Amino acid sequence: MAFISSGYNPAKPMENRITDIGPRHYEEFYPEVIKKNKGKWAHHEILEPGVLVHVSETGDEVYTVRCGGARLMSTTHINEICDIADKHCDGHVRFTTRNNIEFMVDSKDKVEPLKNELKNRKFAGGSFKFPIGGTGAGITNIVHTQGWIHCHTPATDASGTVKATMDVLFDDFQQMRLPAPLRVSMACCLNMCGAVHCSDIAILGYHRKPPMIDHEYLSKICEIPLAIASCPTAAIKPAKVTLADGTEVKSVAVNNERCMFCGNCYTMCPSMPLADTEGDGIVLMAGGKVSNRISDPKFSKVVVAFLPNEMPRWPSMTDAITRMVNAYSNGANKYERLGDWAERIGWEKFFEVCELDFTHHLIDDFRQQAYMSWRQTTNFKF
Amino acid sequence: MLDQLESGPWPSFVSDMKHQAEVRAKNEAGVQFQIPTDCVDDLLGVLELSYKHGRTHWKHGGIVGVFGYGGGVIGRYCDQPGMFPGVEHFHTMRVNQPAGKYYTTDYLRQLTKLWDMRGSGMTNMHGATGDIILLGTTTPQLEEVFWELTHNLDQDLGGSGSNLRTPADCLGSSRCEYACYDTNALCHFLTNEYQDELHRPAFPYKFKFKLDGCPNGCVASIARSDMSFIGTWKDNIKIDQDAVNKYIENDAAYPANAGAHKGRDWGPFDIQKEVINLCPTGCMKMDGKELKIDNPNCNRCMHCINVMPRALKIGDVRGCSILCGAKAPILDGAQMGSLLVPFVEVNPDNDYEAITEIIENIWDWWMEEGKNRERLGELMMRQGFQKLLEVTGIEPQPQHVQYPRTNPYIFWKEEEVPGGFERDVVEYRKHHLR
Repeated sequence: MAFISSGYNPAKPMENRITDIGPRHYEEFYPEVIKKNKGKWAHHEILEPGVLVHVSETGDEVYTVRCGGARLMSTTHINEICDIADKHCDGHVRFTTRNNIEFMVDSKDKVEPLKNELKNRKFAGGSFKFPIGGTGAGITNIVHTQGWIHCHTPATDASGTVKATMDVLFDDFQQMRLPAPLRVSMACCLNMCGAVHCSDIAILGYHRKPPMIDHEYLSKICEIPLAIASCPTAAIKPAKVTLADGTEVKSVAVNNERCMFCGNCYTMCPSMPLADTEGDGIVLMAGGKVSNRISDPKFSKVVVAFLPNEMPRWPSMTDAITRMVNAYSNGANKYERLGDWAERIGWEKFFEVCELDFTHHLIDDFRQQAYMSWRQTTNFKF
Repeated sequence: MLDQLESGPWPSFVSDMKHQAEVRAKNEAGVQFQIPTDCVDDLLGVLELSYKHGRTHWKHGGIVGVFGYGGGVIGRYCDQPGMFPGVEHFHTMRVNQPAGKYYTTDYLRQLTKLWDMRGSGMTNMHGATGDIILLGTTTPQLEEVFWELTHNLDQDLGGSGSNLRTPADCLGSSRCEYACYDTNALCHFLTNEYQDELHRPAFPYKFKFKLDGCPNGCVASIARSDMSFIGTWKDNIKIDQDAVNKYIENDAAYPANAGAHKGRDWGPFDIQKEVINLCPTGCMKMDGKELKIDNPNCNRCMHCINVMPRALKIGDVRGCSILCGAKAPILDGAQMGSLLVPFVEVNPDNDYEAITEIIENIWDWWMEEGKNRERLGELMMRQGFQKLLEVTGIEPQPQHVQYPRTNPYIFWKEEEVPGGFERDVVEYRKHHLR
């Protein structure tokens, strides 16, 4: 493994250095039909699950075949995408916000050969490489975070929970039989680097034990005032601690009763880890949306306070999600999002039809906004 | 345990990684790997251990990066380097994705070739903020990758840390008839205009721009960006009455909701039930065979346009609304974006000056007043929406509130009250005995 220089000279880092050039210009990457018809699109239609046509005022058409994919993706897989795009799409491809892959062609006769190319490709383990779907009133790909594959704060895995969930929801990825789109999102800790707080169904990793304190190293690694200031509930205070060998060190103490397990202290101070096999697990939230369609955007609500991490397939979690999707599918009106349906029937009925337990954990007691969520009317259902 | 994630229909990341590990081991392409060949095997090993323990095995990040930048690289070290030496140092590089996320295969192949040689060959397409994520390389390779990106791929890194994060957009007018402005153009412009803010941390905390072409909100800007640019229009929805009647007649070429509900038999399309009765403002009605819209009472929710895209079109006086302060729950709870600018023109001919002026006024305020790790939304909560209006010079208007305040505790300013706050208690007592 001999070192090969790119041309960079560590002795003179500024020599021929190029910075601040930004991303490549999007127009370089547009397929010809997109370049030609940008701003002129007249209407579109979803011809079948995963296949769209957009029709331009000029009469041109672009057919899109949308495929699901794991966002954790190897270069080998990307090269395979490129092979397909070279063969069918003049060397162009795009990705969607929700990690789908879109192959575009400029005439209808090119759609079937493209679909045939995609739909039968499988990984050695048997899963599809390019399942076609993710459009309309169905379930599209799950946006998610890193999890145990590459992050220091997760309370669960991301890629694994997503794979397990999409396997059970797969039929609805390839069909459009729900009342409206249903967006599932996943974040492996409260930091939510994938913001899931406005999703129809959100999977959230959560810790349930206060941080451990690595007293011997804390003052050497962390700024104690920053660790104290990081706590939103003021549960952390400075402390002097005597180690086993008798040395007295500066450290912190945590008031466990005030801890809400957000992990912000660990973000500021590596000597305060939270991760724990029994403590960590899954919170499920439901009923959020970001679209302004019919009703305002809204936050997801916590509907399952905790489920344990059940590797590798999280069956309790996928069961609860399946129950919610089925109840919604059976109960909601056409065009009604999950949150709008829950509000129409009442959250008390939501828990009944989804067969979810309501526990004290689901009543908000955090700050002033909690009061707004308590029932302040006699209009409730038995 | 990971083996059990290879079955089932959904694409298996485990199968993909196993295949990648084999490809690296065989190395038929003759790649001169600059980081351990077996790093993907070790990455699978670390993950398997996490599945066994129920805990992560990655350490808190380290401070690594490329010279002169404060973002774009996230340090990552394994906490079991003895067991998994191939991923002992395994840093992430964020590569600024192109607006709209269109690619040529030439570009992607250049990128995969670079990453096979100088990194793990594992990526995220894409990260949650929008970047292409190159997952895992060693410290000495960071400058080498950066050099190759900038010199050979004409490509820069994205943001991380207390920076402007890489802006992200929907595909906009490139392939969508609902787009009220060219999101790709504005996203690209803002990304380039603010390269310094993107690469060199000078902010109290992270700051995100996201750009949605219409109120459908496909990139979720209203929920997850400090400044959200959502396309809108001010004039009338354009109606093609003939097409409206095609929908009413259930013409096969005019499927309701552009065919999005084809998977279930919902019965024949009923305009009264599916459009007019679901209009949130009740501003639509049929007058014989003619659809009437009371446009001044429309709130542009997109429902009717989504249901009948061949008959109804967005208006022609187009621009965007700007909402501020959205964020995920950490720390004091989630915040939705709050409407600051109901309508602003999106004008590339003057370098979007109406928009950049608002951005820069907000940044001046936030950089002056924001505490360490305080997002814009939290500063707005702490100092009040009035302060945001003051620093941006925007007049208060009823569009700014869901409803007016329910308490009279108004912080009157001295200059708003005739005579000011200084008074003579002696004079007062002449008329009001103690």
